[in-house]
Amino acid sequence: MSYRIVKKIRLHSSVCRLEIQAPEIARKALPGQFIILRVDEPGERIPLTVYQCHPQQGTIELIVQEAGTSTLKLCGLNADDTILDIVGPLGIATEIKKYGTVLCVGGGVGIAEIYPVAAALKQAGNRVISVIGARSKDLLILEREMRQAGDDLFITTDDGSSGRKGFVTDVVKELLERETIAVVFAVGPIPMMRGVAECTRPLKVKTIVSLNSIMVDGTGMCGSCRVTVAGKVKFVCVDGPDFDAHEVDFRELTLRQGRFLEAEQASRNDYHEGHTPCHQ
Amino acid sequence: MSPVIERQSMPAQDPAERVKNFKEVALGYTLEQAGREARRCLGCKNPLCRTGCPVDIDIKSFIQAIKAEDYLGALKIIKEKNNLPGICGRVCPQESQCEKECILGIKNKPVAIGRLERFVADWADANGFDVVDASRKELSGKKIAVIGAGPGGLTCAADLAKRGYAVTIFEGLHATGGVLRYGIPEFRLPKKILDREVDLLKRLGVNIEVNVVVGKTVTVEELRGRGFQAFFIATGAGLPSFLGIPGENLNGVYSANEFLTRINLMKAYNFPRYDTPVSVGEQVCVIGAGNVAMDSARAALRLGAREVTIVYRRSEQEMPARVEEIEHAKEEGVRLYLLTSPLRIIGDEKGWVRAMECRRNELGEPDASGRRRPVAVPGSEFILNTQTIVCAIGQGPNPLLLSSLPQLTLNKHGNISVDENLMTSIPGVFAGGDIVTGAATVIEAMGAGKKAAQNIDAYLRNSR
Repeated sequence: MSYRIVKKIRLHSSVCRLEIQAPEIARKALPGQFIILRVDEPGERIPLTVYQCHPQQGTIELIVQEAGTSTLKLCGLNADDTILDIVGPLGIATEIKKYGTVLCVGGGVGIAEIYPVAAALKQAGNRVISVIGARSKDLLILEREMRQAGDDLFITTDDGSSGRKGFVTDVVKELLERETIAVVFAVGPIPMMRGVAECTRPLKVKTIVSLNSIMVDGTGMCGSCRVTVAGKVKFVCVDGPDFDAHEVDFRELTLRQGRFLEAEQASRNDYHEGHTPCHQ
Repeated sequence: MSPVIERQSMPAQDPAERVKNFKEVALGYTLEQAGREARRCLGCKNPLCRTGCPVDIDIKSFIQAIKAEDYLGALKIIKEKNNLPGICGRVCPQESQCEKECILGIKNKPVAIGRLERFVADWADANGFDVVDASRKELSGKKIAVIGAGPGGLTCAADLAKRGYAVTIFEGLHATGGVLRYGIPEFRLPKKILDREVDLLKRLGVNIEVNVVVGKTVTVEELRGRGFQAFFIATGAGLPSFLGIPGENLNGVYSANEFLTRINLMKAYNFPRYDTPVSVGEQVCVIGAGNVAMDSARAALRLGAREVTIVYRRSEQEMPARVEEIEHAKEEGVRLYLLTSPLRIIGDEKGWVRAMECRRNELGEPDASGRRRPVAVPGSEFILNTQTIVCAIGQGPNPLLLSSLPQLTLNKHGNISVDENLMTSIPGVFAGGDIVTGAATVIEAMGAGKKAAQNIDAYLRNSR
């Protein structure tokens, strides 16, 4: 089995969209599910949400932000290159059904993860309002796709270069005041998901977040991804990745995301050294 | 009576040297040592050793062959029953199986059967010999799916392939071997030994598909639709247990599965050449006292920990690890904190482990396991400074595949219930190894794999 890249588009300076041959996964993956991949033999196993599936073509699409060594390696690949290992789909799919009016919130590369959820919710007959945000206009991805996937789209940027200046939570708060929202789905950086949870908590609006914690096997075997939800230890890989945002211990989650910061830095340095043209 | 020959000791890397590398600790017998050890065998008329072997190896005969310096003959005898001698010779608990039954053991030390088995496998490898059973029966054309490429799955697949079936192993990880790959460290089982044995399996005609999580990537029903007529579930124990004490999600607390998977499967000991990190502090505590705990403790030393402590609630006598592993760990400087139970893990403001509060125990009456129960000593609490904690207190059945098969009957521990033929509540679906018994040994899983192969064969013959 080889996982060949059939198409690569750079969405902006640090985010790539990859279409990859993976027929078994393309047939199976549902919104909210993820895969684990290993770029090459020395590579890490990293989880990535499936952006889109094309069962006919036997391909899946991933949207990848360069952050650590693995994602740098991944974004360094081009069409016709292959990825060593991909396994999935993993995790429990997002519960798609008719809720009424739903709010889909995506921040940064999290927009790629909220997109399939928004599209599926729309198909299931919901009125879908989407709020997406990024630091600035050039970092904002999938605006057109998100506009097509839902009924209304609101955009925020930290610097005001596109849409409203501010955070997604500013818009979420206003929408919660003037609309009857049945459920909120939010994917993005932890502070954003936590912020959305705090907006909806006082109003008791059900809020689902998709967590992306550090994993190794992704099948419930190692417990690396554990998170406290409603006072109980859950494994994001098999019990999630979706959880009730009001029950997630975001403080602990934030601390646990920093478990390998030093090593990640060392690994990036090592990677860059190996990729400097003048390197001896 | 021939003069008494002492049991030949196993050459090993010097402890001071070996804690600095991940190379194999036990170096294996030389030809001379193997010959001397083989000559200790009395060649009993009714050899009891064989009754202690879960896969029924004709031990006496292979030792006789070593005596006669017919090493290829010895390999053939072993391979009649066991496809993985290089692995079993290294990781089987012989002292509680074949060697326990050896008559010599009554007055003296038993014949070192495991070391001789390993010798034969390594000799064959070093000299380019192997035995691939060419006497394959004609292909039956029937397809069998084996789920999990650990010791049980590999064994079952080999036996079924030899019987002429078209066998495919589906493995969830990116590499074969199961616990042999992700659990047992390089210094105890070099991965090239595993690779060699898996390669021989492929030459038997077994098809191996990695990166397939049955239940997620494909279901058992879908596999039936693709023509698979029988199944062997050998997914092992794969759900780590934690203690349930405060502070277990602090940074620096690992399950043994995570710690060892990072090191063994992902080769974190080669970081940053390999991308997967593992961090160990100056002081490491490993909770538990089985083989997995010993492996974790010894791996931590090799990663540069200054002080590694095993924390165990009972006494040394009750430690479930093999004596040999405990000895190796002690030689390397692992400390034992016995009769000690962790109460809570203490962290700093940034969420990192700084210490663990423990309590002393004394031994009370025997519990259900027959071992004396640890009873808390009031007022004995104390603080142990540590920056890394590895929980090696066992594991339960991984629910991933099981939840995709709701019609599968489970027992009260969540393990799969099987009948005397290892068939589950679903016709044609068999199961064996840790997913049935709970966490046990490599060789027991292999024994289940052999038994399942026999029964799957019988099932398919009758269901024609």
